Amino acid sequence: MAFIELADVDLAYTTRSTGANTLAVSGANVDIAYGEFVSIVGPSGCGKSTLLKLIAGLMRPSRGNVRVDGHEVQRPLKTVGMAFQNATLLPWRNIRDNVMLPLEIVEPFRSRQKQDREKNHERVEMLLAKVGLSGFADRMPWELSGGMQQRAQLCRALIHEPSILLLDEPFAALDTFTREELWGVLQELWSFRKCTIILITHELREAVFLADTIHIMSARPGHIIKTSKIDLPRPRTLESTFDPEFIDVVHDLRHHIGKGK
Amino acid sequence: MKKQSVERLAPWLMTAFFIFLWWLVIVVFGIKNYILPTPLETLQALAKYWSPLLTNGLATLATTLIGFGIAVVIGMILGILVGSSRLAYKALYPLLVAFNSVPKAALIPIFVIWFGAGTLPAIMTAFMLSFFPVVANVATAFATIEPELLEVMRSLGASQRDMTLKVGIPRSLPYFFASLKIAITLAFVGSVIAEIIAGNSGIGNVMLVAGSNFNVPLVFAALVVVGAMGIGMYAIFDFIERRMTGWSARAEITTQQIGGA
Repeated sequence: MAFIELADVDLAYTTRSTGANTLAVSGANVDIAYGEFVSIVGPSGCGKSTLLKLIAGLMRPSRGNVRVDGHEVQRPLKTVGMAFQNATLLPWRNIRDNVMLPLEIVEPFRSRQKQDREKNHERVEMLLAKVGLSGFADRMPWELSGGMQQRAQLCRALIHEPSILLLDEPFAALDTFTREELWGVLQELWSFRKCTIILITHELREAVFLADTIHIMSARPGHIIKTSKIDLPRPRTLESTFDPEFIDVVHDLRHHIGKGK
Repeated sequence: MKKQSVERLAPWLMTAFFIFLWWLVIVVFGIKNYILPTPLETLQALAKYWSPLLTNGLATLATTLIGFGIAVVIGMILGILVGSSRLAYKALYPLLVAFNSVPKAALIPIFVIWFGAGTLPAIMTAFMLSFFPVVANVATAFATIEPELLEVMRSLGASQRDMTLKVGIPRSLPYFFASLKIAITLAFVGSVIAEIIAGNSGIGNVMLVAGSNFNVPLVFAALVVVGAMGIGMYAIFDFIERRMTGWSARAEITTQQIGGA
C-alpha cells in the first residue's frame, strides 16, 4: 500500500484582487511508497509547489483525497521536514541553534529539550558533519556561502527525524558545481536516514540523478502525465551522469515535458 | 588624514561651522539680541540660568520618558497584533493612520480640559506623537516574514505563540530599535510643545516664560538643552540597537523609518 497517496486531487484558489477561480492542480493521482525518493518535474507554474503543500497539510484539496500513512491529511503533519530555494535560516541564530529549531517545536523533543541538551548538540554536530559542515555550528548564517546555507537547511529539515522530506527546488539558486556536489550530499543523507523524499525541480539531470521515480506534471492546471521508474544503479556518481544510459533517460523525459504543453 | 578620522570629526566640524554661520549672520546684518542672540550670549544664558534649566530639563526628560515608555509598550503590542493578524490589520490600520494624521498640538487643549494643565497633557502628547513609528515598524517586521519560513514553522506544527516568540519578535527587533530612535525624538517634540501650550513646569514652560519677558537668549539656551537631551537619548538607543541586533547589519534587513508630527 502506498505511504503517500493523492487520489484525484483538485486544488482551486481564488485570486483576492479579481475574485477569479484558478485551478492550480487538477485530477492529480500520485502514489509514493515508504522510503522512496520521488522527484516531481514540470514547467514552471504548473502547481508543483502546491502539490507539496497538499502533502504537508498546509493546504486542503478542493476535491479528492490526500492520505499519508493511511490517514487523511487534515492539518499540518508535523512529521515532515521542508527545505526551499531560499535557505530561510534565522539570521539571529547561529547554525547550531538554527538546525535545532524543529526540536523546540516538535514533540517529543520539545518537552525534553533541557534533559537532552547535550545529546541534541551531538546530533546536530553529526548531521552537520554528514553534509560537510563540521566546525560551523557556531557560525552565523551570513558567514556561510549559499551552498553551505543550503546544507544547513537540509540539516534543519532532518533533525527531528521526519518520515517525509519535502524539497522545493532547494538547489535552484546555486551554481552548477555546488549544485552537483549537493546532489551527492542529499543522496548520502537519504541512504543513511531512509525517509521518503519528494524533490521538486525543473532540472531533469538532478531528478534522474537522485530519484527512484519521476512524476512529470503538465502545464497548469497540473496533473501527472507520465511516471518513470529510474533503474540506474546506486550510489549514482557524477561520472555516471555522462553514461549513455543516463543521458537516454534524460532525453526521454525531456521529450515528455515537451508534449505536456 | 585617514578617511575614518574625517568621518569621526565631520559632525563636530559641521556643528562648529553652523555656529559660525549663526554668528556671522548676526554680525553682518546687525541683528539685535532680543531678536536673535549670538552663540556666546546663548552660552552665557546657559551658564547664568543653569539651575532652573537643569531642574526643568530633568522634568521634561521625565515627562518625555514616561510618554515614550507607554508608547513603546502599546506600540509593540499593537504592532504585533496588526502585523500578525490580517483581520487586526484591516480593522485597526485605518484608525491608526487617522490618529497619526491628526496634528497633536491641536489635541493639547482637549487634554487640558480632561486632565488640567500640567504634566499629564505633556505625557499624553509625547505618547501620541511617538507610538505610531513603533507600531508601523513592528507591524512591518511581522508582516514581511518570509512565507517559506512560516511554512517551515507551520509544517512542524508550530502554534501562533511559537511563531511570535521564535520568529516574529526576534525578527522585529532591528525594526523596533530603529523606531525607538525616531520615537524618542518625537516624544521630546510632544512634551515640549505641550509644556509651551499648557505646562506649568518643564523646559517648554521656561521657553514660554522667557519669551514673554523678551529674554531671547534664555529661549535659545532652553532650545540647546532640548537638542542636547534629544541627541543624548538618540545616542543611547543607537548604542542599544547596535548591541542587541548586530546580526541585522549583516543580514540585509532594511528598516522603515516612519514618523510624523
